[in-house]
Amino acid sequence: MIENRPGLNILAHLVLILGVVIVALPVWVAFVASTRSATDFMSGTVPMWPGPHLVENYARMLDSGVSTSGTPPVARMMFNSLVMALSIAIGKIAISILSAFAIVYFRFPLRGLAFWCIFVTLMLPVEVRIVPTFQVVAGLGLLNSYAGLSVPLIASATATFLFRQVFLTMPDELVEAARIDGAGPMKFFRDILLPLSRTNMAALFVILFIYGWNQYLWPLLITTDAQYYTIVAGIKRMADAVDGLPQWHLVMATAVLAMLPPVAVVIGMQKLFVKGLVETEK
Amino acid sequence: MASIKLDNLGKIYPGGSRAVGGVKLDIADGEFIVLVGPSGCGKSTLLRMVAGLESITEGEVRIGDRVVNKVEPADRDIAMVFQNYALYPHMSVRQNLAYGLKNRRTPKAEITRRVDEAAAILQIGPFLDRKPRALSGGQRQRVAMGRAIVREPAAFLFDEPLSNLDAKLRVAMRLEIKDLQKRLRTTSIYVTHDQLEAMTLADRLVVLNAGQVEQIGTPLDVYRRPASTFVAGFIGSPAMNLIPARAVPHLPGSAHAAVIGIRPEDLVPDPDGPIEMQVGAIEELGAQRLVHGKVNGADVTIALPSHGELSDRLRLNAAPEALHRFDDKSGKRLD
Repeated sequence: MIENRPGLNILAHLVLILGVVIVALPVWVAFVASTRSATDFMSGTVPMWPGPHLVENYARMLDSGVSTSGTPPVARMMFNSLVMALSIAIGKIAISILSAFAIVYFRFPLRGLAFWCIFVTLMLPVEVRIVPTFQVVAGLGLLNSYAGLSVPLIASATATFLFRQVFLTMPDELVEAARIDGAGPMKFFRDILLPLSRTNMAALFVILFIYGWNQYLWPLLITTDAQYYTIVAGIKRMADAVDGLPQWHLVMATAVLAMLPPVAVVIGMQKLFVKGLVETEK
Repeated sequence: MASIKLDNLGKIYPGGSRAVGGVKLDIADGEFIVLVGPSGCGKSTLLRMVAGLESITEGEVRIGDRVVNKVEPADRDIAMVFQNYALYPHMSVRQNLAYGLKNRRTPKAEITRRVDEAAAILQIGPFLDRKPRALSGGQRQRVAMGRAIVREPAAFLFDEPLSNLDAKLRVAMRLEIKDLQKRLRTTSIYVTHDQLEAMTLADRLVVLNAGQVEQIGTPLDVYRRPASTFVAGFIGSPAMNLIPARAVPHLPGSAHAAVIGIRPEDLVPDPDGPIEMQVGAIEELGAQRLVHGKVNGADVTIALPSHGELSDRLRLNAAPEALHRFDDKSGKRLD
């Protein structure tokens, strides 16, 4: 439906602007807070314009952090988060594309059962199985390690189904042409399926990277060594100031820093992301 | 290049339904065979069994002197052209053509030579570096054929390769395929539901119905002496009239046969003719007009020159040699 009435246009823009303001205001407040000194929050009014301490606050956080909260420097936590988010995103894509490949293109015994097992995990996110998962991870000695942070989150039914759907739209003739051209299953996977699912992989990567970056409960639970703290869990620890007021300007600086990598990923992969979600022609 | 022999070939699906049964066919080296039949008659299944894409449950396929029942499609030395082309969308035309050769570890120089040669034959040289999506339907079809040619296989298998093209292009490509096959002398099996395509392309036609072979022969043989009412009704356009013998008791032979077949163009107006037709709908085709009507209750179509007035009733005659007599129950030809 194409409407061409200026009144509607203005209304639509008002709604959109309102939405942007609602989303952007807290981010702006966080940014302003991160440029102020600790005393600026004692007065009771929230400042709305940036102060002079931007460089100072950020440099301090990246370099040394807030020692009283027991968190390592933000740079360290960001590195941990990055490792975790990348392992989860890449691991999930790798595992789910392979399992989707198996489910769609091979007729093996108990294929239906395998499919349903994957399906059932949809109902078991980390939060539901967190105690047994912790038990297993602890038993394997993976507490305070990158493997412990990422491996339990890697299995993904959603991504498997997404790839299954992608593979189901590939014309059968393509598979047959490849067979006649002498491509075995793995060659077909590498030469044809992978390149054709490139955009879907990119779209999934964006979603999964943000999912991994934003993990809170799991890292909070299994990291007791400050060297393995992730940034999202770290913010929480910083805000829990013992015997004193939280250092809001520093917490906010951390929060702003924590927002940057997901933003960078979204902006950098925007084109592929949209293509992967929209493109249907094979 | 090789001959192909189908010996009692049959296919029963796991559910027990039969797709194809008892197909016997010797295809000579360099011959162009067309499998034709209505949709669901098993012609594609038959082709895919030769290609190795469908398992064989009965009988044997020999390519050359080798039984290939259990041989992988890639090792059967055949190349296939699909209805929807099945080009690899992410590869350039050149890569599409080269992919099969690359998988066979053909030397690079040899690949380049063959691809360039095929491109020259099919006149797709200017598109070699384009992606399939930047090509028109006809060009894609050429690339699909190119992919078959570069392999220099023992046989080409075509699975309704022209049905995605518009009518004009289909006629042009039909001629090109015929020409190409004559030049390369490669044994070919071609599947189509279009009887005109079948007639024009084939050295020999195989008419299939419900998984069984109805008739095998040169296009003219099949047209002139259809072996059954099914073939008679399927080959030729407009279709042959199949009239119950009691509706035309005055025609020679109608006493012995149950069904008389007469091609529309063989029924000619004759004031003293034995057949009286009540004229119904008329279709003007330009060069001729098709007149539909009834003869003693049976539907009849005739093709007349496109001029002159038509009365409501026509008297018609047919030469004795233009009559085809069929048995009622089996539908088989009687002479």
